[in-house]
Amino acid sequence: MAPTDNPPETFGIDYAPAPESTAVVDIADSYGHFINGDFVEPSSGATFPTVNPATETHLADIADGSAEDVDRAVTAARAAFEGPWGQMPGSERGKYLFRIARQLQERSREFAVLETMDGGKPITESRDLDLPMSAAWFFYYAGWADKLEYAFPNRTMAPHGVAGQIVPWNFPLMMAAWKLAPALAAGNTVVLKPAETTPLTALLLADVLQDIDLPPGVVNIVTGAGATGAALVSHPGIDKLAFTGSTDVGKAIQRIASTRRIPLTLELGGKAAHIVFEDSAVDQAVEGVVTGIYSNQGHVCCAGSRLLVEESIADQFVERLRRRVSTLRLGDPLDKNTDVGAINSADQLQRITDMVATGVSEGADLFQPEVDLPDKGYWFPPTVFTGVQQSHTVAREEIFGPVLTVQTFRTAEEAVEKANNTPYGLSAGIWTEKGSKILWMAEKLRAGVVWANTYNRFDPASPFGGYKESGFGREGGLHGLSPYLRERTGGTRGGA
Amino acid sequence: MTTSTAFVPSTGGGPVSTTPVDAVSLEARAAALCTRSIKTTSKRAALHTTIRCIDLTTLEGTDTAGKVASLCQKAIRPSPGDPTIPSVAAVCVYPEMVEHAVAAVAGTGVAVASVAGAFPAGMSAPAVRVADIADAVGRGADEIDIVLNRSAFMAGDLGRAHDEIVAAKEACGSAHLKVILETGELGSYDQVRRASMLAMAAGADFIKTSTGKIPRAATHPMVLNMAEAIRDYADQTGVVVGLKGAGGIRTAKQAWHHLVIVGETLGSEWLNPELFRLGASSLLNDVLMQIQKLDTGRYSGPDYVTVD
Repeated sequence: MAPTDNPPETFGIDYAPAPESTAVVDIADSYGHFINGDFVEPSSGATFPTVNPATETHLADIADGSAEDVDRAVTAARAAFEGPWGQMPGSERGKYLFRIARQLQERSREFAVLETMDGGKPITESRDLDLPMSAAWFFYYAGWADKLEYAFPNRTMAPHGVAGQIVPWNFPLMMAAWKLAPALAAGNTVVLKPAETTPLTALLLADVLQDIDLPPGVVNIVTGAGATGAALVSHPGIDKLAFTGSTDVGKAIQRIASTRRIPLTLELGGKAAHIVFEDSAVDQAVEGVVTGIYSNQGHVCCAGSRLLVEESIADQFVERLRRRVSTLRLGDPLDKNTDVGAINSADQLQRITDMVATGVSEGADLFQPEVDLPDKGYWFPPTVFTGVQQSHTVAREEIFGPVLTVQTFRTAEEAVEKANNTPYGLSAGIWTEKGSKILWMAEKLRAGVVWANTYNRFDPASPFGGYKESGFGREGGLHGLSPYLRERTGGTRGGA
Repeated sequence: MTTSTAFVPSTGGGPVSTTPVDAVSLEARAAALCTRSIKTTSKRAALHTTIRCIDLTTLEGTDTAGKVASLCQKAIRPSPGDPTIPSVAAVCVYPEMVEHAVAAVAGTGVAVASVAGAFPAGMSAPAVRVADIADAVGRGADEIDIVLNRSAFMAGDLGRAHDEIVAAKEACGSAHLKVILETGELGSYDQVRRASMLAMAAGADFIKTSTGKIPRAATHPMVLNMAEAIRDYADQTGVVVGLKGAGGIRTAKQAWHHLVIVGETLGSEWLNPELFRLGASSLLNDVLMQIQKLDTGRYSGPDYVTVD
């Protein structure tokens, strides 16, 4: 028999589209605030739109929270704290948290697709990071709810009361989970404000809270922008504040909070350094640097936005980096093969564009791979700046976009000096196969989290938070539980 | 990069160096590549490419002329009812079976590969191994698959391991040489990276993961690790070396993720039988069933493809 003779079908890495179906989500035309267990219309009747940043299509109209709305939410939270939630044993509170965690797992595809539609991040990230991590946070803190006396031995702890929590748009559900889980485990009630560009998953979480019969008022969600946040921060009924977001807003919140005696946790910006030594596992270091800055389009407070590479390998390393960046797949965030999704908003795109223009005008060398940016939506190509000096704006200010700066160093001391020479101090990455060097560096780096030979790894049991202008307080672990508790003198009611 | 070990290529030029490998991050990267979703036209192209890159293999003590003839027929025309299905790249047999295979595939474009050099352990005298290679070539093998001398390599005698590959290459003449590292025995990704560089510097045309005779074989991170070594070697010397995954590749999905890993590491131009092979036996029928599924929308069963 003769061999078959057909033009071979060749396989290449320009994969056919593999979009995740949006049939799993059901987005309403409009959403009110979630107060006292129900969705309610905004007092002013005012709304704002939320759009899909990958397509600029309108997704829903969202209630714009006024001071009056915030007051209703705080009042409901106070009543729940004075009422059922405050009286409930920790073991019962824990059951609610376990239920939330299980519901997030059960409905993870729905949440992931909605998160990607509202925020623009690749579905692989919302599916493989945001959702599993959100569920893990509730599972973890559910376990502490009835063990507070073991968590803080020989001290009698009690919740503060009503916690005001403001979360950002980069990890909308995950940041809500990071804040809600410890607050509820400790016995507080909450008024949560999601970011104005990404409110939908928090509102879907409200649906979960109704499904599991969480007592009304324990969690209230008020949507809106800066004015809504300011109303929440200034409300006299708030006993504890927690904020994740930009350093500028964090400073404004701290100013307001300083007028009252309430505890505050701030998780703010960053300008983290990746320090790559010549004795590193080079390919894995390249991979860590790439995912450290380009995942979630660089909209990550702990993004490794500054690469410090030992001069002896700098040229080869940058070559490997460029080659790798050129294989990143930018496009439809719902496509399961997309690596880089859409920029979250038109405002953020403008900020990134301006910063990159500044970098070019200050003399840094720009590298961007050839990518086709979609016609609609907010997009920015993965960007590498080489020839960057410590004095350049792009090396000093947080860009919060897919932009990496590359600098070189000659000695470990120089690397530490440059890494620490920033007003921020959230995270850092060390890449070397030499253990003693890792330990030496980790002691010297002024950053809340130091990763070695990996990056952007999170675990609910591990505290996360910053130094200097990156904020204060920790989230995760017992460190993340204690800010939601105060020490009582005498008495045994509440708490555990 | 760093010079934990440097090898001087037998073909001349300066020493080539290798880099350390971090196991956790390597495996994470491979796992991420294995989430690539290969659909519709990409899936069909991947399935066809997989067939074109298969070394259809039988390496049993019970192999006979009849068994090899049957394997060759399957290699030439994997799916008798579907003329669009391409032939595989090669059949892979023991030296004793080479002549039967050569006769069966003559004029079809399917190559004959022979394991040789006291496969699979390689624990015979160097002269015996070289004679075994020469014998297989003399019988008409187009490609020779030998094993790295792991005894010398693990004892730290890298020079001996290297020189024996040089000798094997000489014995091959014009036949292509594939060097099997037997990755499952080397103990770490670092060792595999080092062995890859050693084999390439010694003149291997292909580096190959495994004999198929031990359990841990062509895993995705291992193939990624070796693909990165091939890229480093090409960067440093300009010499292009092929990659063969073998052992434990049984499903079409495993195979297309190997294509994804090699394609995203070395480029799509690597995804052809000149530079990429998959040594397998049962894989072919799974690929054929996947193609039937694409054609008909239904999964058939193993009785709707020929056993060999």
